[in-house]
Amino acid sequence: MSMEAKEIIARRVALELRDNTLVNLGIGLPTLVARYIPPGIRVHFQSENGIIGFGAPPPEGMEDPNLTDAGGGFISAMPGAASFDSAMSFMLIRGGHLDMTVLGGLQVDARGQLANWMVPGKLVPGMGGAMDLVAGARRVVVAMQHVAKGESKIVPELTLPPTAARPVTLVVTDLAVLEPSAQGLILKERAPGVSVEAVRAATAAPLIILGDVPEMALTP
Amino acid sequence: MHRKAISAAEAAALITDGSSVMFGGFMGVGTPTRIVDALVARGARNLTIIGNDTARPGVAIGKLIDAGCVAKCIVSHIGTNPITQKKMIAGEIEVDLVPQGTLAERIRAAGAGLGGVLTPTGVGTRVDEGKQVIELEGQSFLLEKALPADVAIILAHEADYNFNLTYRLTATNFNPVMALAAKLVIAEAGEIVPVGVIPPDAVRTPGILVTHLVERPR
Repeated sequence: MSMEAKEIIARRVALELRDNTLVNLGIGLPTLVARYIPPGIRVHFQSENGIIGFGAPPPEGMEDPNLTDAGGGFISAMPGAASFDSAMSFMLIRGGHLDMTVLGGLQVDARGQLANWMVPGKLVPGMGGAMDLVAGARRVVVAMQHVAKGESKIVPELTLPPTAARPVTLVVTDLAVLEPSAQGLILKERAPGVSVEAVRAATAAPLIILGDVPEMALTP
Repeated sequence: MHRKAISAAEAAALITDGSSVMFGGFMGVGTPTRIVDALVARGARNLTIIGNDTARPGVAIGKLIDAGCVAKCIVSHIGTNPITQKKMIAGEIEVDLVPQGTLAERIRAAGAGLGGVLTPTGVGTRVDEGKQVIELEGQSFLLEKALPADVAIILAHEADYNFNLTYRLTATNFNPVMALAAKLVIAEAGEIVPVGVIPPDAVRTPGILVTHLVERPR
């Protein structure tokens, strides 16, 4: 995925951040969202290995081997940070205390169901915390490329194993913002310079279009 | 009266071949590496390991995978360890993937005297295959059974002479719940301090739960 595509996705997802909320960013593309927090907003980031309030990587040579993110990378702790064990971490996630999670995706279907943890016969990394995050977070935002290897990742029905039965809240891609509803996927916004027809052409699932579809706003 | 610490080699000898072994750690952070090294050195075989992930090749619990000590893994993630994946595909290691929060709760349940937990996680996915789905107040839950082990190997930040334990930042992870969920609990600590140095409020695992403490490196 080009840097431009990733940046569009991250800057649009960042607009979903709300002041004084608890947010968990998945590994990979979702972590970029932290770079584009809108001014005047304070977000408390959780890492599921056991911390709320982590900060940027420490200066070289100052890393604490006991302070890492879910990917195993060194982090720092912001003033006011809290650390806890894995049971507590997933009580936060499952118990309705996590306001939002941003996760990568392999497929999203017309009902808004997400697949992001395995490709049978090819890739079996395991679900890690993804199933708990989709089952438990108040809002689940998927951040992913619209098309990969020439194939739309927005499909009529999942062909990959689902991560949860529950539909996600919002899907942000490099081409569009989609909102799952009982009737299907609503095309809410299109990326800068991308037409509704171009989004349709890149989407394998049917899209619901209600009036004019605005261009997505992006954080600075 | 103070309790006596044992060597890492003595700890490894207590972990017999074929045992189920819970290990603290998340990508190797919070894993008692001296016990792991001693298990590799004694050539442990047919272990079932229970923990978050298998780290990376050559790192923490990944060393047990490399050395052929493991027959089965019950973990949430193996994506960072290509050797685990290779051995799984070759049929040398059985891998049971469990959602991370479910893993924590199944271990907690085992240590808390519960038969299991009801969780919404995994309903409608491959995880629910063969499991009972229970409807309660209009919501579907999976019945996930408690997961005990023969042994838990724990990494603490500090231990005192009574084996009271504290943990450090994100090295805490699964360690506190595992310290209740196994018949034999063996802890390794960054520091061993006199009784009284750890204030009662700071103790995360009461020493009475810890069967053995590994002595400081000599």
